[in-house]
Amino acid sequence: MADQLLIPITADVDVVTARQRGRDLAAEAGFSSGDQTVIAAAISEIARNILMYAKRGEIALSLVANGDRQGVVVVARDQGPGIRDVPRALQDGYSTSGGLGLGLPGARRLMDDFDVVSDAGKGTTVTMKKWRRMNA
Amino acid sequence: MEVPILKQGHYLIASIQSALTDADLSQLREALIERVGRFRARGVIVDVTALDVMDSFAVRTLRDIAHMARLRGAETVIVGIQPEVAFAMVQLGLTLKGVSTALDLEEGLAFLNIQTQLRIDRGPGRLDRG
Amino acid sequence: MATKGKDAQSPLPDPQAQTESTAALLRELVAHLRQNRTQLREEWARRITRAQLLTAMTEEEIFAEATSVYDNYVEALETGTFEALQAYARNLSERIIPRGVETHEVVGIVLLLRDVLARSLFGKYHEDFDKLNRILDAYEPAANRIANTVAVGFVQERERIIRQQQEAIRELSTPVLQVRERLLILPIIGVIDPQRARQLTEQLLRAIRTNRAKVVVIDITGVAAMDSNVANHLVQTVEASRLLGATVIVTGLSPEIAQTLVTIGVDLSEMATVGDLQGGIEEAERLLGYKVLPLEELTPKA
Repeated sequence: MADQLLIPITADVDVVTARQRGRDLAAEAGFSSGDQTVIAAAISEIARNILMYAKRGEIALSLVANGDRQGVVVVARDQGPGIRDVPRALQDGYSTSGGLGLGLPGARRLMDDFDVVSDAGKGTTVTMKKWRRMNA
Repeated sequence: MEVPILKQGHYLIASIQSALTDADLSQLREALIERVGRFRARGVIVDVTALDVMDSFAVRTLRDIAHMARLRGAETVIVGIQPEVAFAMVQLGLTLKGVSTALDLEEGLAFLNIQTQLRIDRGPGRLDRG
Repeated sequence: MATKGKDAQSPLPDPQAQTESTAALLRELVAHLRQNRTQLREEWARRITRAQLLTAMTEEEIFAEATSVYDNYVEALETGTFEALQAYARNLSERIIPRGVETHEVVGIVLLLRDVLARSLFGKYHEDFDKLNRILDAYEPAANRIANTVAVGFVQERERIIRQQQEAIRELSTPVLQVRERLLILPIIGVIDPQRARQLTEQLLRAIRTNRAKVVVIDITGVAAMDSNVANHLVQTVEASRLLGATVIVTGLSPEIAQTLVTIGVDLSEMATVGDLQGGIEEAERLLGYKVLPLEELTPKA
């Protein structure tokens, strides 16, 4: 099993690729069909965010095990303009591009763990995870 | 990828066959709006059965389609949302409010028939979809 | 005490200086345990019965399992690795848990074995106190690690089985009923935790699709209380059902739950609610175009 799947995000077809790979990885790890859809949706939102604000970036997918839990880890990185006010960006309804602004808060609602590291001019790294219990 | 759009009587049916990029969705929106105007369609059905993910862009686009179609006198129904997709959507906070939905093509057509009939009769809807 | 706990990969930590002599001592120990295998196993099995452990099993069964545990124990001591033991512990647990064996019994028998072996060592080396000390120093960390491995393996297996059973119970206790064509009823009873709520929603949505339901009546008369998380979930269920083209009627809404819904920002005027299940079904039938006629009207007058 590969350690990490790296998907460059430079065009909108990459958004589709990223979410499909994410779904496949989740399926491989035994996540339910419902959870696969949820993970794919979260990846879709984050990948689109990269395109919209940073124009380019990458998404890294991997699996981790923690005791009797297994998780899908999604790390989305870009060197874009960054987010000046992270807490505000995580609030529902906030958007600078006039869109629905659901990218970050929406993805956060879908995933179990969610972390954003960003600052103005410093790019953005979003790390999100979804866990499931392993049945031996 | 271009989405095939069929004309069935006064209705337009767009059947999505596979995963669509944002550009594909925008293209679909333009194509539908153009045809609604050209054929003076009374109803639009967008079949999303093949979509395994519906994210905020897809929802936004569908809403745009419904809104613009209504401005041109056509009702829009989205059909075929998969159970898991629906669940993921509501968790994401996407509700497609203001857009009619139905289980499948058959239900969608039945709904449009009632809607267009009602508009002719000018009576209130029995099942009111907000 | 240097127990590494769950990490079955690394062998026991040995101070470099003493590695060889510790290894030699362990080899001597293992040889002793192999030599006296028969009598030590029997003594252990006797003590298990005396301590009234594993009462769910017959004496023959106890002896058979004792043999396997003993051999795996000695092998773990010999190799210093615990994967085989862990696998065995899981396997053993899978077999004995359905028999009603409990955690304290499993821990108890392993500690008894440890004791039986220690006493045997006392017996052999009582003339050479220094040697006895060194052997015990070598033995003790390994023995603790073994006890831990077996106990943890048992507990993990037990938890896995409990989760499986809970899942099965949940499936059984959330039936979606089709009473009429295109009409589904989902009566919810008891306590809803987030996991059960999720399962309910998934089952309902699948049922809507399979039965092509147009109206769903969710009855929560039997639900005492709902925290805001689960209330949120109910709202999501209603919304997701709408996306599948079904109208949802919620019945049996208590004033407390109504309050919870309002608190989380639900506009109750948007949600179709009816007082009780019966009323909900009638409303559903109205929506579907059914009319419930009194029996006299149906029988033809001859």
